[in-house]
Amino acid sequence: MFKILKYSVYDLMRSRWSYVYLLFYLMLGFVLLFLNNDLSKAVITLMNIIVVLVPLIGTIFGIMYYYNSKEFTDLLLAQPIRRSSIFLGLYLGVAGSLSLSLIIGLGLPFLIYGLFKSGVIWDFSLLLLIGTSLSFIFTALSFNIAISQDNKIKGFGYTVLLWLFMAVIYDGLFLLSLIVFEEYPLDRFSIIATMLNPIDLSRILILLKLDIAALLGYTGAVFQKFFGTQSGLIIALCVLMLWTVFPVWRLLHRAERKDF
Amino acid sequence: MNHITLLFLFLGVLWHGARPPAVLEVCDSCTYKTVTDAIDSAQAYDTILIKAGTYKEFDLKIRKPLTILGQDLPTIDGQNQGEILTIQSDEVTIGGIRIINVGTSYTKDFAAIRVVKSKDFIIRDMVLEHLFFGIYLEKATRGKVLNNIVKGDAEEEFNSGNGIQLWHCTFIEVIHNHIEKVRDGIYLEFSDNINITGNTSKNNVRYGLHFMFSNNDIYQGNSFVNNGAGVAVMFSKKIIMKRNVFKENWGTAAFGLLLKEINDSEILDNHFLENTIGIQVEGANRVSYSNNLFRRNGWAVKVRGACYGNTFSGNSFINNSFDLSYNSNINDNVFKRNYWSEYTGYDLDKNGIGDVPYRPVKLFSYIVNRTPETIVLLRSFFMDLIDFSEKVSPAFTPDNLVDAYPLMKQKL
Amino acid sequence: MILIENLHKKFGKNKVLQGVELNFEAGGIYAILGPNGSGKSTLIKCILGMVLPDQGSLSVSGHSIRGKWVYREQINYLPQIADFPGNLKVKELLSMIKDLRGQPSEESELVKLFELQSYLDKKLSTLSGGTKQKVNLVLTFMFDSSLLILDEPTTGLDPSSLISLKRLIRTEKEMGKTILLSSHIMQFVEEIADEIVYLLEGKIYFKGSINSLKELTGENDVEHAIAAIATTKVYV
Repeated sequence: MFKILKYSVYDLMRSRWSYVYLLFYLMLGFVLLFLNNDLSKAVITLMNIIVVLVPLIGTIFGIMYYYNSKEFTDLLLAQPIRRSSIFLGLYLGVAGSLSLSLIIGLGLPFLIYGLFKSGVIWDFSLLLLIGTSLSFIFTALSFNIAISQDNKIKGFGYTVLLWLFMAVIYDGLFLLSLIVFEEYPLDRFSIIATMLNPIDLSRILILLKLDIAALLGYTGAVFQKFFGTQSGLIIALCVLMLWTVFPVWRLLHRAERKDF
Repeated sequence: MNHITLLFLFLGVLWHGARPPAVLEVCDSCTYKTVTDAIDSAQAYDTILIKAGTYKEFDLKIRKPLTILGQDLPTIDGQNQGEILTIQSDEVTIGGIRIINVGTSYTKDFAAIRVVKSKDFIIRDMVLEHLFFGIYLEKATRGKVLNNIVKGDAEEEFNSGNGIQLWHCTFIEVIHNHIEKVRDGIYLEFSDNINITGNTSKNNVRYGLHFMFSNNDIYQGNSFVNNGAGVAVMFSKKIIMKRNVFKENWGTAAFGLLLKEINDSEILDNHFLENTIGIQVEGANRVSYSNNLFRRNGWAVKVRGACYGNTFSGNSFINNSFDLSYNSNINDNVFKRNYWSEYTGYDLDKNGIGDVPYRPVKLFSYIVNRTPETIVLLRSFFMDLIDFSEKVSPAFTPDNLVDAYPLMKQKL
Repeated sequence: MILIENLHKKFGKNKVLQGVELNFEAGGIYAILGPNGSGKSTLIKCILGMVLPDQGSLSVSGHSIRGKWVYREQINYLPQIADFPGNLKVKELLSMIKDLRGQPSEESELVKLFELQSYLDKKLSTLSGGTKQKVNLVLTFMFDSSLLILDEPTTGLDPSSLISLKRLIRTEKEMGKTILLSSHIMQFVEEIADEIVYLLEGKIYFKGSINSLKELTGENDVEHAIAAIATTKVYV
């Protein structure tokens, strides 16, 4: 598996897209800091971007890479290598290099602007941690779609739909159900509905760490009470883990049963 | 300063014509070893000069017109026994003394300095620390509270007192005081014609400034920073609030300024910066809000309950999460000639006023008002999208809530 | 060497293999023949474990291959369409496969044989189909394995490379290896194969030596003989 990982990272390092992605984050970081020169405000703006863009880039990059490495996987499948190693290696290669681009691309500008001297280092680390898990989650989801769908156009369509659902439609449905059931106590529902969507969960986890959490008022207090405790945070991180582990498990399960 | 005071005393003595005023000195090696002794021996219009040192005394009652001054900031340590200085006479001046360790009680409001039913007093340049209540004015009139520093160590509301409290007072000036870490920085109850100017009230557990049932008061040029809830003006009328700074009152239930049942007041030239809610209005009528700056607040103005005849003009709303939130009808409140940083209209005739009206209530703000739980979707992509579409073609937000003459540039 | 029993596979409604029974003894050259879509590649991929059979059993060297992967260490496979990761250089591809298999290899002789020295630093995406096939052959023959599976090895080769290929296959056979290949070119098969298997619509129509095929059908020409069995009954 590590050999596959090595070659897929090696392959990605030579791909133009990794650099486009890295450059994009570098520019984003510098422009943000240049525009408001205030680390903590930049962290908030960054959150908006990370929560929407990282999943989008994760899915699209993931599915493109999967389809583009068809020759590579076909070549490997005939070799004495376990199938799960091949796909796990590829997956870790993509998710890992996406995360690396994110961490370097955003970390570098913030370091230059004196991250270590500022109080937002923990918020920023949480942001990167969440960005990384979102990369892993959405790459895994896109690999799942790719392995079940040999038609590239369809596969691509499904991933975009998946992103649209998670980033936009889900929140629309969430909002509708909150309004429709406003007569009922909605605290528990809100917490569960937030947990079920990694994008919402990430957004809330970051919001609660920032000053802006005060705007959440009573609802925020309920969330704070849940996620603010150690067990709540552990549960939240476990959910994010599950969102990674389950798709990866399904990917490997599918891989073992697929004809190539 | 001492020369002026002495001159003043001299003139005062001439007026009264009796004996020349005496200066009674208090120190370890003086005739008077304690302040109590000096007060007991002094006659009306004498001056007591307390020299540097620490005096462990409490429950000092001043029942005659005296001037009590400290030299090089002597300390009176009340050792947490109870009240320290009580003024029960007119024409008392105290100044330049540090008073510490006021007793805490759940039944009595012990204060560092209490003024009871007195006129023409001056309390100046005092430093009050480790206290329960700081300066407590009770049915006092025509007094001045100047340049004092009040520093508490309050943690909870229930076992802390207020910095400067006015109860049934009239014509008092509270000027250039610095108040920190008490329950309410300045608290007024049934007090009229009070002038509160140039004070700093910060890090207090509850309010920086708190009005109850007090009318015809003015507060200006004060700064209220990082208080538990902000400034509360309640059940009062004809209050003028001018050139104050309300800053960093940040927390789930915090606001810069709370107006509750306020009538006929003016709020002008204030700065509301980085508060969870800039102004929370719960029943205010005929209040004019003009030339205020609202920057980076969660909500700049949040209106609850019925409010009639309010005018918002010349204000600047810059980078607030929500500029305005209403949970009731608009009730002939007027918005005109304000600057809104989110305004994206144009000004073809170059008269400085946008040609397209601005709607300050966002759809999300409207939804949150209806169903508060929906705030969990704060800063989600979906909400940004529908806010944007509502901005482009309004369908849900109230039609009559518009600024028909939005300014193109911030009013300075 | 390879034992296949009652092998079934369908893709959707399309039954590609229907009860294939085969036994390939060690040390021989076997050619699988059949028209397009007869199931040759599927059969080969089943042996490699790339396609999982619906039914039946497959064993290589006496061990069932279901869910196994280590047995592929003794197989060298030449895929039908030589599609390689385009952004790799030939040299990098060779060293990557060597690294992945971790087995001793002898590629320098083969590179010389197919005159690939000047292509080593070229990216695979820039190579012509024939050159790719040569690279493919190098990858297949560079490891010393007891079983060679060649899916259409002659595709795109020039005559001299074809001669080299035949020589290579014979050398391998002399070393006691088992070679399984599929091809459309009858002349090539006739020249090289010890036994042929004829596959049509997922069923075995014939298995045996070329001579026995000729005898059976009474045709002297292999192509005609093949055509004859395709139209008549099963001769196993």
